[in-house]
Amino acid sequence: MKHYHVIGEDAPNIDGFAKVTGQAIYTFDMTLPGMLHGKILRSPHSHARIISIDTSKAESLPGVKAVITAMETGERRQGAWRRYPELCDEPVLCLEKVRYIGDPVAAVAAIDEDIALEALDLIEVEYEPLPAVFDPMEAIKEGAPQLHDDVENNINLTRHIEWGDVDKGFEEADFIREDEFILPAQSHVPLETHGSLASFDGGNNRLTLWTSTQTPYYVQCLLATAMNLRENGVKVIKPHCGSGFGGKNELFADQFCAGYLARKTGRPVKIVYSREEEFTCARRRTPIHYYLKIGAKRDGTFVAKEARAFSDGGAYTSMGATLLYLTGWFSAFPYRYPNYRYDGYKVFTNKSPSSSMRGYGGIQANFCGESQIEMLAADMGIDPVEIRKKNAMYPNYEVPGQATIASCGLPEGLEKIGEYIKERGNLPKDHGIGLACYGFNSGGIFNWFNTPYAFSGAEVRINIDGMVDVYSLAADVGQGADTTMCMIAAEELGVHLSDIRMHSGDTSICPSDLGAWASRETLMMGNAVKMAAADAKRQLFEIAASKMGANIVYDLEAGDRRIYLRDRPERGLSYYDVVRDAIRAKEGSLIVGRGHYTPHGKGMISPAFSFGVQAVEVEVDRETGYVKILNVFTAHDSGQVINPVAIRGQVEGSIMMSAGYGYSEEMLYDGGKVLNPNLVDYSLIGYRDMPSAVTVDCPTYEPEGPFGAKEVGEGITCPTAGALANAIYHAVGVRITDPPLTPEKILMALKEKSA
Amino acid sequence: MKRELKITVNGDLYDLYVEPGTLLVEVLRDKLGLTGTKRGCDSMSCGACTVILDGKAVKSCTILALQANGKEVTTVEGLANGSKLHPIQQSFIDHWAFQCGFCTSGQIMAAKALLDENPNPTRKEIKYAMNGHLCRCTGYNMIIEAILDAANRIQEEAK
Ligand code: FES
Ligand code: FES
Repeated sequence: MKHYHVIGEDAPNIDGFAKVTGQAIYTFDMTLPGMLHGKILRSPHSHARIISIDTSKAESLPGVKAVITAMETGERRQGAWRRYPELCDEPVLCLEKVRYIGDPVAAVAAIDEDIALEALDLIEVEYEPLPAVFDPMEAIKEGAPQLHDDVENNINLTRHIEWGDVDKGFEEADFIREDEFILPAQSHVPLETHGSLASFDGGNNRLTLWTSTQTPYYVQCLLATAMNLRENGVKVIKPHCGSGFGGKNELFADQFCAGYLARKTGRPVKIVYSREEEFTCARRRTPIHYYLKIGAKRDGTFVAKEARAFSDGGAYTSMGATLLYLTGWFSAFPYRYPNYRYDGYKVFTNKSPSSSMRGYGGIQANFCGESQIEMLAADMGIDPVEIRKKNAMYPNYEVPGQATIASCGLPEGLEKIGEYIKERGNLPKDHGIGLACYGFNSGGIFNWFNTPYAFSGAEVRINIDGMVDVYSLAADVGQGADTTMCMIAAEELGVHLSDIRMHSGDTSICPSDLGAWASRETLMMGNAVKMAAADAKRQLFEIAASKMGANIVYDLEAGDRRIYLRDRPERGLSYYDVVRDAIRAKEGSLIVGRGHYTPHGKGMISPAFSFGVQAVEVEVDRETGYVKILNVFTAHDSGQVINPVAIRGQVEGSIMMSAGYGYSEEMLYDGGKVLNPNLVDYSLIGYRDMPSAVTVDCPTYEPEGPFGAKEVGEGITCPTAGALANAIYHAVGVRITDPPLTPEKILMALKEKSA
Repeated sequence: MKRELKITVNGDLYDLYVEPGTLLVEVLRDKLGLTGTKRGCDSMSCGACTVILDGKAVKSCTILALQANGKEVTTVEGLANGSKLHPIQQSFIDHWAFQCGFCTSGQIMAAKALLDENPNPTRKEIKYAMNGHLCRCTGYNMIIEAILDAANRIQEEAK
């Protein structure tokens, strides 16, 4: 195995000092001289026609500097589906209709927040309420209220995936199960809510937007279109970002309202979502009605699977369209199904759009699929580990007609889980261990944004003192992408982490990148940064080779701030000396390396897949229904590990979020109104409920990844909820198919069981 | 009607005039520019705004600025000595006890108050004392380990 100098060892977060001293500046913290405060007026109705809007009273309130409505923003609809304009269906500000409680109708800018809020009250909107529909199964019925005039039966999108001969597969099956599941809406709950600060340069017709986003490039392009500016008339800067989890992947009302208001007033405008807005007007994890059918041979071999999903898509297409495909794809993951068929329906409802969220489509598929496999194993009297071993994907497996899995550590993970369960031995009464296997994309391939740029681009510049400037638009939203990119650059160039300086999050200085979604940064931007560093390194090697006068048969290598002969490492030069000579040889120019990555020849899904398996142990209190999650053991494969401590952070954070999905988190509704839009009534896992977690690595080498690396941020969000359901089943024998598995549901199920 | 507020923050005495309804967190962030203290909710339930007021950890969004009149406040900006970090801060870095960092100031200040009161807490005591300080990123275990380690470091330093 190759010896690395930087990667594979714990590295501290490059922003650590700033973050522990309070010096790290988030959009939320920013002010500019002369700055105004903006607020957004939102629909109080789930579905209504707008008859009239009168802003005159608001405009004449002292301290109000501007009010905007759809009169300004026009009929324009926006969305990230640039390749499919018909899917860009979200009004910038609502003109004719509102479609959910929270749809933006107007915005004001005033000299302080109180005046801005007061002004919202003075805007008079006359609505004609319309019948509304909230459940996808109701919304597709004949005669249901229709959200969009051109979309019949509210069926926004359908997706079909199929391979093999499913009907024949079921004919050959010895055991068949059919089950239904109902999955809830989870909220992203980034601790920093959505927020933006816009400043407009009227002389040059250019906008600068500081914003809390995972996708600076999307925001740049979409905002430019929304405001009729040229693409590079918008400069987006992502300061430190208080997390996103998939909820900050699109263009949002804070961004375009701040932009419009800044242009209109000629003054900087800041808009920050309240926590309630964050819950009710941003995005949410997609609720789905799931139907699954699985068939297996007597020995446990899966022969066919069929899935149908009806997603509660909310009022607009948003990124929920991708979910519709992904959940179908992940329903066949990470097992070998020779025959598979999926039909997905994304249905409009009068609720906030459901969209991308960490574990995108995977957690839903995983909860249902892993629950069903466990039930099947119980029906058949097969051990849960054995049935999974029998069907697990393995290296170089080809998903028929879809994708080839290259590296895959799942078989090894299952071995480790098997050993762990054996070690745990006989469990005490009312304890249970549940399992779930998972796998996930390392970035997506489908170019729905229609970018003409490489999916990730990077630049490396080496200064005279050897300091390396790395330019990357990979969006660090807490996951540590900036640190990862520094490590990759340092490893490739053979320097130390302290020789690297990161420049990220500014669309005007960094080459383009699609953003932090689909767990794409480590693999895609990692490859771009590695290539840029290699490009710069090659320029150093030219100089080093000529200085050393080395025999042509020797290769050069860079490591530990030296450039040396790989096979005779004692013969070498100091990195610093080579840099000085190289800059001199280039007539005093910086050494510049460029890199880019776009997947090629990797199908249409993802260039690589992570894998793993997780065991969750619980104790259930039969009196109260209370579940204590005792321990979570995970065997995880994310290829070559770049930064072990950061990976652990991703694993533990994912467990927390997935356990929340399985256990306590749910947006509760009365019709279209969110009943718990605050952190008291929406219950996150806290310190007390967080189980201890042990993670073992199943190292693989992913040929497509930088140094063999692949994703870790999302796949690991998929298993905990399903494993938890399975653990509860093994502890007390009840099966719940509509998470979260609250004490009330468990008690009810226990009661039914004993009746 | 504005009223006078005399408040010591991170060792400096400030003489200010504030509206009676002004929250302590607003004075810290908006008037003094100490934006290390965050706000994550409107329901007094996230802990991102935690500071130390006369030795006790408080959520600065739950306190009127005038209630802190004549008192001493320490915010995250007041912990390090120049560029030398407080052991809790260093320990947070070493244990990757933050990701996005938005909850971190609050976590660190709560941990500081905890260790001032109980220099040698068990894992369980930390869980109970820190419960209610929400973090959406880390899953808490790495914060707990950072606090345990910080307790050791502080005791080592005292020797
Ligand atoms: S801001 Fe959430 S508790 Fe103070
Ligand atoms: S580090 Fe992001 S909320 Fe705690």
